[in-house]
Amino acid sequence: MKVKEKIIEKILAACALITVLTTVGIILILTIEAVSFFQEVSIIEFLTSTEWTPLFTQKSYGILPLLAGTALTTMIAIAVALPIGLIIAVYLNEYARESVRKVLKPLLEILAVVPTVVYGFFALMIVTPFLKTFIPGLSGFNALSPGIVMGIMIIPFVSSLSEDALSSVPDSLRQASFGMGSTKFQTAFRVMVPAASSGIIVSAILAISRAVGETMIVAIAAGHQPRFTLDPTVPIETITAYIVQISMGDVPHGSTAYQTIFAAGITLFVFTFILNNISYWIKSRYQQKYE
Amino acid sequence: MNSTESSRLKDKAFRYIGMGTTIACVLILAIFIGFILYQGINRLGWDFLMALPSRFADQSGIYTAWIGTLWVLGLTTLISFPLGVGAGIYLEEYGKDTWLNSFLEINIANLAGVPSVIYGLLGLEAFVRIMKMGNSILAGSLTLALLILPIIIVSTRESIRAVPSSIRDASNALGATKWQTIWNQILPASFGGILTGVILALSRAVGETAPLIVVGALAYVPFAPQGPLDEFTVLPIQIFNWVTRPQHEFVINAAAAIIVLLVITFAMNGIAVYLRNRWQSKMNW
Repeated sequence: MKVKEKIIEKILAACALITVLTTVGIILILTIEAVSFFQEVSIIEFLTSTEWTPLFTQKSYGILPLLAGTALTTMIAIAVALPIGLIIAVYLNEYARESVRKVLKPLLEILAVVPTVVYGFFALMIVTPFLKTFIPGLSGFNALSPGIVMGIMIIPFVSSLSEDALSSVPDSLRQASFGMGSTKFQTAFRVMVPAASSGIIVSAILAISRAVGETMIVAIAAGHQPRFTLDPTVPIETITAYIVQISMGDVPHGSTAYQTIFAAGITLFVFTFILNNISYWIKSRYQQKYE
Repeated sequence: MNSTESSRLKDKAFRYIGMGTTIACVLILAIFIGFILYQGINRLGWDFLMALPSRFADQSGIYTAWIGTLWVLGLTTLISFPLGVGAGIYLEEYGKDTWLNSFLEINIANLAGVPSVIYGLLGLEAFVRIMKMGNSILAGSLTLALLILPIIIVSTRESIRAVPSSIRDASNALGATKWQTIWNQILPASFGGILTGVILALSRAVGETAPLIVVGALAYVPFAPQGPLDEFTVLPIQIFNWVTRPQHEFVINAAAAIIVLLVITFAMNGIAVYLRNRWQSKMNW
């Protein structure tokens, strides 16, 4: 009996250790391929050149255009998702009646379960033509439309995390504010939101991380033209879209062009890793404060 | 207007802004889905579901894509379910408060935030190249299984945590071993929650496109796969392929395929929500 118990425990531990193996695997694979990439390409060129043309005869390996594309779509997405997500969180948590909340919240959450390839379709087929009606200079592929659609996609993400933060603020604070004669609006924005600020910041950081790693929307609607620009109306390319683009072609295994997806991948990984850890750190500190 | 009046006004204004914003988001979703239905519903039919892909849009169907999706879904479930639940049990019931446990916890939180396309790179090197599985269903399923593992682990832990400790104590008091307690008491009591989490995770896997493209799922597969080592395509990749073509007929195909994908996704989420409600009302400790 004792032996059987031990064996079971070991098997269960092995399941948990798979997650560690996954992390190790990701880091090892990205690093090994990136190291052999950086034997061909100088890291200075990678970080400073503003041209990304690994498939052209005139090769250049500057990651900055891909970073600019990623930053651009992410900024647009956050500019959409953060204010709207926060307004919705405050409204649902402080204003809406329970019956209204029960209907609207699950409806909003549908936004988060729609597959991203479908959002790409929306961006290309609905949002871009719609935007073109009042931005005549807009290209068929651009950063604006996938950015907006990505923002819509992460709204429920921001609103539900912010709502969790708001509802974990002790009710005594709210009551104290009402007791002073404040309106709901004053209570919400001068007491509740500041009190929940760390949780709201966590939701913002996680939303940024989501947007940085989002792939299919930009792969479909942003075009595939790495360009060092912050102009949202022209075609651009993000890190993720580049990885997809190369994966679809037939680049020979082991070539420098093949290794670029790992160099791009490790850049993406480092950024999201930092963002996730900042949010994890804030979260663990913040939870201590309220428990 | 004095300051009390103006704050009342602001209060009222925000109530409408909040309601308007929330409803606007729901409306946008309705517009999106309405557009898809308008574009694709007429294309949808038995022929479309049973036809092989073709370079002629009106003869092209999604047979290989949905068969591939079923294969990937089945294999991903077989791989991720035991691993995720096992890991969840371990973290919740064994080795609590050790450095290993807190390390595993941070690691899982981190993995949940790794972009899916990075999992594709992992799958490409680890399964396709090093383990020589090729661009197979198995390589794709393993990749997706690793991708959804953190979600399954977290939801398993939450469901197990919801089981009151009196049940555990009662079982222990009767002389049951740790595993007997887990197997006979805790797992049956938390199974509804675990299943909900697994279905939600799988509904995410159904829509994943990027990691499978990176692992080498093909856009054009002329035959339905017969086994786990065959090459494959899935619905989202078929949609991606059609969306990115310039001809309008392919866009209609894409819309029709999106209807099928959305039906699958919404059905899975619906089942999960139903299970969650049922399970919550049944378990009144």
